[in-house]
Amino acid sequence: MRIIDTNEIAAKIYEMALRAGTRLTPSCKRALQQAENGENGAALFALHTLNENCALAERENLPVCQDTGMACVMLEIGQDVHLTGAPLTEAVNGAVRRAYADGYFRKSICDPITRENTGDNTPAAVHTDICAGERIKIAYLPKGFGSENMSAIYMLKPAQGVDGIINAIVETVKKAGSRPCPPVYVGVGIGGNFDGCAHLAKRALLREVGSANQRADIAEIERRALVEINNRGIGCQGFHGKTTAIGVSCEWAPTHIAGLPVAVNIQCHCVRCEKEIL
Amino acid sequence: MMKKLNLPLKCGEAEGLKAGDCVLLSGEILTARDCAHRRICDMINRGEPLPFELKNAIIYYAGPCPAKPGRASGSCGPTTSSRMDSFAPALLDLGLGGMIGKGEMSDEVRSAIVRNKAVYFAAIGGAGALYGNAIEKSELVAFPELLSEAVRRLTVKDFPVVVAYDCAGNSIY
Repeated sequence: MRIIDTNEIAAKIYEMALRAGTRLTPSCKRALQQAENGENGAALFALHTLNENCALAERENLPVCQDTGMACVMLEIGQDVHLTGAPLTEAVNGAVRRAYADGYFRKSICDPITRENTGDNTPAAVHTDICAGERIKIAYLPKGFGSENMSAIYMLKPAQGVDGIINAIVETVKKAGSRPCPPVYVGVGIGGNFDGCAHLAKRALLREVGSANQRADIAEIERRALVEINNRGIGCQGFHGKTTAIGVSCEWAPTHIAGLPVAVNIQCHCVRCEKEIL
Repeated sequence: MMKKLNLPLKCGEAEGLKAGDCVLLSGEILTARDCAHRRICDMINRGEPLPFELKNAIIYYAGPCPAKPGRASGSCGPTTSSRMDSFAPALLDLGLGGMIGKGEMSDEVRSAIVRNKAVYFAAIGGAGALYGNAIEKSELVAFPELLSEAVRRLTVKDFPVVVAYDCAGNSIY
């Protein structure tokens, strides 16, 4: 058994949050730089501006985007770990609170009815999974809501099959149009149940842009959906062009014989994600 | 070809802008987003005076990060404009000169832009650090309790935008 104080986890999350707010992932950065090739007009201007913005944010340690997001923290905790100290969720929220204050990040979390801001960007969206071993895997994803708002879940009929899944993905991106800050990164959950499917879609966003699912048939869905999305020509910021999405990432789980849930979680071009293992 | 424009726009200047034009804006703009719009429209409905001059103003749909020491503003890119669809026509009819945001807006907004010879500029969503750097001054104007959603008067220099809806009814989308 390994003993880990939740303070240690909080210290790690604090660093991850500060870094994530000011940097795109290397794979996202590469995809955006490559997207400039062959574009012209307003779409090229927009992509060029985004790449300049990314370099400036990194150089001067500024938030890449003012929407520093809702802090999404996913923890895989080995079952041979014994946690001590403050309750885990409290420790995570403490780390987020400090990072958003010290990083001069925007505090964007509010009451859903009164709209009163909590003032410190807490609570974070914390997910924990228990797995084998004595390590803790931490993934940190600050998620902006311009793109979150354009996400959707579908309870398809099994008969709709692969074509139905691809259609759901493409239609969601098409309907979102220019609003979620394209080029987008599309996280897709396939299977599970209603809530589990949405969580798969979020987890899919943790994968590197350009990576493929290990299952060949799922990877083929990713590939086909990406081609079809980019054939729509929405383009960077909706200014038309070749790149509406920089990637489609699908995760799957077994589902019920009566159903085919598909969740589409849209991520804007600002893919900010940190991963660490304790 | 990059046009340079000083704000406020002079009479007839909006009519010279075409959807798709890349423009660098300099001058004063006001920030307002969801909660501020609700309050502004409630004040108008109650017949109360507004805390700023609406006539010919440009509203930027944005809520910045806090400014780091030594900087005028924190990162400050645009938010999704369509959430302000229900507010924009009334403000345009009261003399608002135009808006800056990101993404499509409703047909009602487009008609109000044509009717009032106004303009809708798209800023590049996600370029928050770059826009924050183009802000030379930021003053709190109203609703400080809304934190990042408060109304601020920004003085901007060479603020890069694209004409999204022009007053002839054309759209870049």
